[in-house]
Amino acid sequence: MEGLISLAVKAVFVENLALSFFLGMCTFIAVSKKISTAIGLGISVMIVQAITVPANNLILTQLLAPGALAWAGFPDIDLTFLGLISYIGVIAALVQILEMVLDKYFPPLYNALGVFLPLITVNCAILGGSLFMVERGYNFSESVTYGVSSGFGWALAITAMAGVREKLKYSDIPDGLQGLGITFITAGLMALAFMSFSGVKL
Amino acid sequence: MAQTRRSQLVDPLIDNNPITLQVLGICSALAVTSSLKVALVMAIAVTLVTAFSSMFISMLRNHIPGSIRIIVQMVIIASLVILVDQVLKAYAFEISKTLSVFVGLIITNCIVMGRAEAFAMKNPPVDSFIDGIGNGLGYGLILMTVGVFRELFGSGSLFGITILKTVNNGGWYVPNGLLLLPPSAFFVIGLLIWAIRAWKPGQVEERQYKIQTVEAH
Repeated sequence: MEGLISLAVKAVFVENLALSFFLGMCTFIAVSKKISTAIGLGISVMIVQAITVPANNLILTQLLAPGALAWAGFPDIDLTFLGLISYIGVIAALVQILEMVLDKYFPPLYNALGVFLPLITVNCAILGGSLFMVERGYNFSESVTYGVSSGFGWALAITAMAGVREKLKYSDIPDGLQGLGITFITAGLMALAFMSFSGVKL
Repeated sequence: MAQTRRSQLVDPLIDNNPITLQVLGICSALAVTSSLKVALVMAIAVTLVTAFSSMFISMLRNHIPGSIRIIVQMVIIASLVILVDQVLKAYAFEISKTLSVFVGLIITNCIVMGRAEAFAMKNPPVDSFIDGIGNGLGYGLILMTVGVFRELFGSGSLFGITILKTVNNGGWYVPNGLLLLPPSAFFVIGLLIWAIRAWKPGQVEERQYKIQTVEAH
């Protein structure tokens, strides 16, 4: 249990997907102009991340890992090279299913989050989460924790960024830095701030 | 025709750069630039994947039903990325270790998807191939520029060859450790955007609010 908590804290602050691995930067920069949309997108990423990381963990351990197909009579088969294509397929399919379920059963939530869901399929934070899970060899419970907390970390970062940018638009910025340039520099300062968490050990 | 192909290749370098103007593919641009060798491998990988995926998607563009085109594009891109990944693992294992998940993340690199969707779905294969190469090069250019800055001033070397002898090795140069850390990539790209826009004022974004100037009487 302690291990899981420390993993969660690490995923939210120390190894924040957006600010220390730069994942999901395209959406991070493009959709952080207003706090309300940023929160909507953040929550969608968190939900999708919490579902896809464990799902991909199951796919890896039950189907792709060396020897995983022993139950079907193929103990020598190693399908890990198919990993990338299976993970992205799972992500695309799950996002589609989530969209349909939300549309049918939770229309208000669908109206709030619907526009962001297609964006999430190509968000590197989602695929990145799954790939980190594979690389670090998380087991199922660790991957559930990692999915939820890394999604939360991303949501936290984009919301904070949107807050800064809402104030920033009133500032007198040099012409060439206007818009994209100053956004990068702000993100850099935020990343520096998040680095100060790196000494935290639980 | 030759002229337009040439502009297709050259335009994405500065005038319509995927990173600094189209805001595509930033994720990996930031993460892999702390050493030049890795940045070069990444740039080549992205260029190849963009060019070939654009070509294949453009060949199939009349046969792909509109409603499932994203999935079809994904499958083509993912297959190409798997190829790149396997080749890197076989011939450049050390670099593939350093790049870790970022090779896989070429799949979700917005440049690849963006060019497939915006260009390859409407144009013939050869044009799409050239467009892919051009955008890959534009991405590579930024990657290499940032890489040169970070490696030269962060550890005093280029491609691992010492250029500025650091204090630790008995030289005179005090390396700027900040440049090896992730946040510095943001600053370098931010300043690069500033430099490009100072050179090409047409790319400057509109202000949302103007500061009121009070005239003195």
